[in-house]
Amino acid sequence: MVENGIGARTKRKEDARFLTGKGTYTDDINRPHQTHGVFVRSPHAHARIKKIKADKALKAPGVIAVLTGADMVADKVNSLPCGWLIHSKDGSPMVEPPHIPLAPDKARHVGDHVALVVAETRNQARDAAELVEVDYEPLKAVVRVGDADKPGAPLVHDQAKNNICYDWHLGDKAAVDEAFKKAAHVTKLDLINSRLIPNAIEPRSAIAEYDSANERYTLYTASQNPHVIRLLMGAFVLGIPEHKLRVVSPDVGGGFGSKIPHYAEEAILTWASKKVGRPIKWTAERSESFLSDTHGRDHVSHVELALDKDGKFLGLRVATKAAMGAYLSTFASAIPTYLYGTLLAGVYTTPAVYVEVKALFTHTAPVDALRGAGRPEACYLLERLVERAAWETKTDPVELRRKNVIPKSAMPYQTPVALQYDCGDFVKNLDDAAKAIGWASFANRREESKKRGMLRGIGVSHYIEACGIAPSAVVGALGGRAGLYESAEVRFHPTGSVTVFTGSHPHGQSNETTFAQIVASKLGVPIENVEIVHGDTDRVPFGMGTYGSRSIAVGGSALVKAIDKVIAKGKKIAAHQLEASEADIEFKDGVFRVAGTDKQKAIGEIALSAYVPHNFPHETTEPGLDESAFYDPKNFTFPSGCHICELEVDPDTGKVAILRFVAVDDFGNIINPMIVEGQVHGGVTHGIGQALTEACVYDAESGQLLTGSMMDYCMPKADDVPSFEVATNVVPCTHNPLGVKGCGEAGTIGSAAAVINALLSALAPLGVKEFDMPASSHRVWQAIQNASRKAAD
Amino acid sequence: MPITVSMTVNGKAVSASVEERTLLVQYLRDHLGLTGTHVGCDTSQCGACVVHVNGRSAKSCTMLTAQAEGADVLTIEGLAKNGKLHPMQEAFRENHGLQCGFCTPGMVMSALDLVKNNPNPSESDIRHYLEGNICRCTGYHNIIKSIAAGAKAMGGR
Repeated sequence: MVENGIGARTKRKEDARFLTGKGTYTDDINRPHQTHGVFVRSPHAHARIKKIKADKALKAPGVIAVLTGADMVADKVNSLPCGWLIHSKDGSPMVEPPHIPLAPDKARHVGDHVALVVAETRNQARDAAELVEVDYEPLKAVVRVGDADKPGAPLVHDQAKNNICYDWHLGDKAAVDEAFKKAAHVTKLDLINSRLIPNAIEPRSAIAEYDSANERYTLYTASQNPHVIRLLMGAFVLGIPEHKLRVVSPDVGGGFGSKIPHYAEEAILTWASKKVGRPIKWTAERSESFLSDTHGRDHVSHVELALDKDGKFLGLRVATKAAMGAYLSTFASAIPTYLYGTLLAGVYTTPAVYVEVKALFTHTAPVDALRGAGRPEACYLLERLVERAAWETKTDPVELRRKNVIPKSAMPYQTPVALQYDCGDFVKNLDDAAKAIGWASFANRREESKKRGMLRGIGVSHYIEACGIAPSAVVGALGGRAGLYESAEVRFHPTGSVTVFTGSHPHGQSNETTFAQIVASKLGVPIENVEIVHGDTDRVPFGMGTYGSRSIAVGGSALVKAIDKVIAKGKKIAAHQLEASEADIEFKDGVFRVAGTDKQKAIGEIALSAYVPHNFPHETTEPGLDESAFYDPKNFTFPSGCHICELEVDPDTGKVAILRFVAVDDFGNIINPMIVEGQVHGGVTHGIGQALTEACVYDAESGQLLTGSMMDYCMPKADDVPSFEVATNVVPCTHNPLGVKGCGEAGTIGSAAAVINALLSALAPLGVKEFDMPASSHRVWQAIQNASRKAAD
Repeated sequence: MPITVSMTVNGKAVSASVEERTLLVQYLRDHLGLTGTHVGCDTSQCGACVVHVNGRSAKSCTMLTAQAEGADVLTIEGLAKNGKLHPMQEAFRENHGLQCGFCTPGMVMSALDLVKNNPNPSESDIRHYLEGNICRCTGYHNIIKSIAAGAKAMGGR
């Protein structure tokens, strides 16, 4: 057995640099002769840009250039593209309005990019940005997604009638209508899934430079997927071929989905760097992050569940309005459709599901992926609904779920909404979680709380998600405009060390450690001798990046394929040197051996001979030991799990305290349990954030962002969450070489519903039946007051 | 008008001419190249910029360089000695108290300030003390464990 292989709680390779302040995030980089860029952003949610006067700004100290949308149009810069084409019910393609990176005619959300000021220092650029005079004609704005398609609502784009981007559906409507006719009970719910702002702690940052000697651009950018940025910006927006454009994403301080999209700033800076002839650096102030990072969620839904007299689910009907914001961001259109509608069967045997999703433009920041992306919205909706059905039918919520859960024996399971689950043991997830929290003895604990004047509640959330995205052919058939494979190159050096080049891009996920553990396990090389290189399009062959919990399932699988090629070649070399048949060579723990003998060669010796090929099978084999592979997944992977939250509410103040949180998750095989637990802790906290503290609030009239700083937008802090009780239930994925499923988003997907279900359980004795996130003290207190007023009437 | 500032940073005497409005964090990052101290929020909520000024933790994004005139400043870069991590850094490594690493320098500097004032903090003490530091990755679980372990390893120093 190798040390630090698959399954070990290996300490992280990346920690030494981060703990000593030696990480290299984009803002830590400075380029020779660099200038600084500051954006002039729209203060209006919707306004016509009549005139931009830059003469005062241009005379300010240190100012080099002021560039506007008109300059972009003159240079024939194209629109930022959307990566996924969705078709409406009637077969028409979604509306894709133009999105020139610097707005040439109209500003469509507060924070929209109107001009770029370039100066010698950041302060000079900031001062000069204040001097740019923009003559706006303010127009009426539509802010709330629920209002966007109402007659007479202001239009975000003239070509999108009623602000509709698409009107999509999935499932068998007739079968669902039939199911509802047979229902003994129907549970109905109206739900809002609140808009969130991602807030990775590292603000977005970019440096663009143009090398006129080689006619080549380099863009440093805090991104989750540098190759995708190169492709989108190069091919679609600026017309720069791949060999003339290098994109580098060094250490990235958290992404959570907000660093997936190709942003306007990246294209503007890259374009401007050639015009200015010097590198331009920009780092978002946090207020810019709030205004211009893509936001998440923002759904309004009506949902109905049909049950028979025994509590079996017969049919599910969902109608959702999903905000796109002012422009279509890179993956925006896929999220409320193929990452949401397809998950609405959940872990249940519901035979008929029909979902309609209307995607609507609003005068707000674009909406795109946020940790879980679509799947948290699906889970929240389903699990709130199931809990409500249990309450209405006076059934124990765990019992109602157990009655409807897809049994292990039914795998593989074809859902009525397109996905085929390959494996999972949902009953065990539920039972293990219920046991861990002490479900059966909850009534005693509730009594104990009551004696102290506190309201205690317990809530379940039983989730499944689809990740490891995704089979390219399937994605293509559904409107995806890219393949979703991953690449890896394993470069075995002459003296026995290994460099891995991966298209996955960690920004907290710990790939430098887990990928090295895979190499250690498979090739028998100590992890100290393995380096994982990522985030540079000049060094890594290609990559689709990290999002959708895909690093280990897709990137890890590509790595295994490349390792297998190294081993296969090593066997040829070993067979030659050991004078045996290739078929007789075994490889284990770093040693090639002739089966049943003690004749052997260590992989280091084989590597050396591959580069010093004196005794080498030249007739059949090329020198060198450097193998690449691309892996295209056969299916999505399906992590699943059950989260149970127990909390107390102080009825006098509305303050919610989470007392315990249990998560039992199935991530398939686990490479490093320490890292997986950390991902769950963080994911759960993100979901608790949505449930308890976070909400993006725009003024409904003016479209001004009211939660525009960390003083107003409340992210969970250390004393908002408990220590977590996490366990795993391993059911290996059946279709990838590591049997892994992915763990980065699961916590966020499952947790919010568990918290709100627990809250409603606590408040049930007071008659509170409805609640929309977040459960801030004020909102909970208000719900209690409203219920008691109603009771008094 | 540029002003001249002098102070000690990580044990070294430094002096420079800076714009009056230069924040301490800008001086550390842009003039001294000490990029371990980060800016996360600009409004002193997130704590990624925490350093020690005259032995007390301070948010360097909310302090002018001029206010640190003559001060003794300690940043994350000044903790490890002779290539050996400080016990608090080691505790973060041992307990997986960091993921993306961006909030980490501020977390470690705040943790040291806590231990200075409270050598044996309880879980609740640690959670409360971290109200000025935000981590978006770890859910705090392992940060709490790290700080408790670090405090123990420091033996109440």
